[in-house]
Amino acid sequence: MPSGTKSNPWLISGFLLAVFLLGWHFFTMRPTFDSRGMTEEQLQMMEFNGDIVRTNDGGYTWNPEKEKVKGVPGPLAVLEKARAELGEAFEKKGTNDHGIAYLVAYTVSRFAAGFFAASIVAIMLGILLGLNKVLFRAVNPYIQILKPISPLAWMPLLLYTVKDPKWTAVLVVFMAALWPTLATTAFGVNSLRKDYLHVAAILQLSWMKRLFKVILPGAAPTIVNGLRISFGSALVAVVPAEMLLGELGVGYLSWIEWNNLDIAGVIFAILVVGFVGVILDSGFNKLAGLVTYQE
Amino acid sequence: MAFLQVDHATKYFPNPSGEGQVCIFKDVTIKIEKGEFVTTIGHSGCGKSTLLNIIAGLETMSEGGVILNGREASGPGLDRMVVFQNFALMPWMTVFENIALAVRSAYPDWSREQVTAHVHKYIALVGLKGAENKRPTALSGGMKQRVGLARAFSIEPKVLLLDEPFAQIDALTRGVIQEELIQMWNTSRNTVFMVTHDVDEAILLSDRIMLMTNGPEARIAEIVDVTVPRPRSRATIIEHPHYYRIRNHIIHFLVRHAKHEPDSEAASAEASVSVAPVEVNFEKESPRAQLTAL
Repeated sequence: MPSGTKSNPWLISGFLLAVFLLGWHFFTMRPTFDSRGMTEEQLQMMEFNGDIVRTNDGGYTWNPEKEKVKGVPGPLAVLEKARAELGEAFEKKGTNDHGIAYLVAYTVSRFAAGFFAASIVAIMLGILLGLNKVLFRAVNPYIQILKPISPLAWMPLLLYTVKDPKWTAVLVVFMAALWPTLATTAFGVNSLRKDYLHVAAILQLSWMKRLFKVILPGAAPTIVNGLRISFGSALVAVVPAEMLLGELGVGYLSWIEWNNLDIAGVIFAILVVGFVGVILDSGFNKLAGLVTYQE
Repeated sequence: MAFLQVDHATKYFPNPSGEGQVCIFKDVTIKIEKGEFVTTIGHSGCGKSTLLNIIAGLETMSEGGVILNGREASGPGLDRMVVFQNFALMPWMTVFENIALAVRSAYPDWSREQVTAHVHKYIALVGLKGAENKRPTALSGGMKQRVGLARAFSIEPKVLLLDEPFAQIDALTRGVIQEELIQMWNTSRNTVFMVTHDVDEAILLSDRIMLMTNGPEARIAEIVDVTVPRPRSRATIIEHPHYYRIRNHIIHFLVRHAKHEPDSEAASAEASVSVAPVEVNFEKESPRAQLTAL
């Protein structure tokens, strides 16, 4: 069926994935234990050290527990880890051992709280600055200084002032999401076509109507672009914030698996971070589609 | 006192080179009677659009004032609605919403049904029935400006300000919309102040045409009465004996002023600012008019 296979991106995606998984599998595969040429004493020493274990049929094989921390685990090991984690996704085994579903929920809610708070503050401030050129010029130098500071650089100060790692993590996301939206909103409002404001002025629209019927929808495409940049930077900030603060979440999962020397777990955590990013991003795109318009 | 009067208006802009100011136009006085259609023609940069924006209250003047119906008009208001050259429709609103925004502002006491009926009436008037829920992006230039006209007429302003309204519309559509404008204006009889580059458009629509000299320090040099009786249409207006006389007169004026260094006689005449505009009327056959109509 030539028409079915013609320029189907999913086919190429599937092929690339298969090539990657196969390559990963073969490069990380270790040879099976070969006891030929070894004396019985050597074998007993290795067994004593825990490098090898005796199998049921009398032979030897590599100790699977020790294999876990040797080299990079293959896709099958990660798959097994994922199956185990997803199997107990909704279980809470202890104060710091929550299922993966909880961890995802913690990260998403932490991210959402910081991102939404930052967006609201940034859009309000941005409109104020966009409408008032003098104020914008006065405040702009400070924005330029604060903007390039990594949100993680704020963390010690935030932790010291709010004294609560839970809120510090939210505030780190807040700092990461604030500046891009603020800068683009101010720009979008400032470069709104003067005609629209002229029409609003002639029609004697009230302050609120001017804001919600003309300024906000008019600047919406630019604001959404700023939100998109903020979104990415907040998503990048949330993982290390969780790692450093030890707050339960997918970033924390990655760090705790590293502390356990469970490399398959680390790879699984990385994949979960990517997955959460995709979920949040598609939600954001749906939202953005509602407010943008074509000139 | 005239219904709409611009009194000794002078406008300075900051000099682009940074030092001092440039006088765009100086001591411009315009008197427009109620229900009159007056057009201003002049080369780009003479300040005619600035003049229109000043009447609309969207720009301030350096000296002078605007008086509407015996009161000073400062700042924009619903009594002076503009039809913009680039339409100025909100792209995030449908045709209906664009007009309804204006109607609700002009008649805040109206019920939802009254507003809807009023908007639909004006949409029908410009022949856009069926396009109510389209956004401006989906419309051609001509249709966009029909929405612009419907929005302007729907709030029944005392003064309608047309800022080169058909400049961005193709020539064939332009003629059709001009006649639609005539019909709408025939029933509403708003006072109109229009700015244009199009001589034929000016003659077709206006009662009087004001000719502006070039800036800086532009002024209204002549006021031409369009002595062609109404109702006018594009097909019949060119048959009138005055049509080409008026047209030639205006074009001669514009060509004369297209040169950046006018001949000495014209320059000296136009340099003296206090000179009142020459009135040109081909029914009265003033000697000056005969001279320049050649």
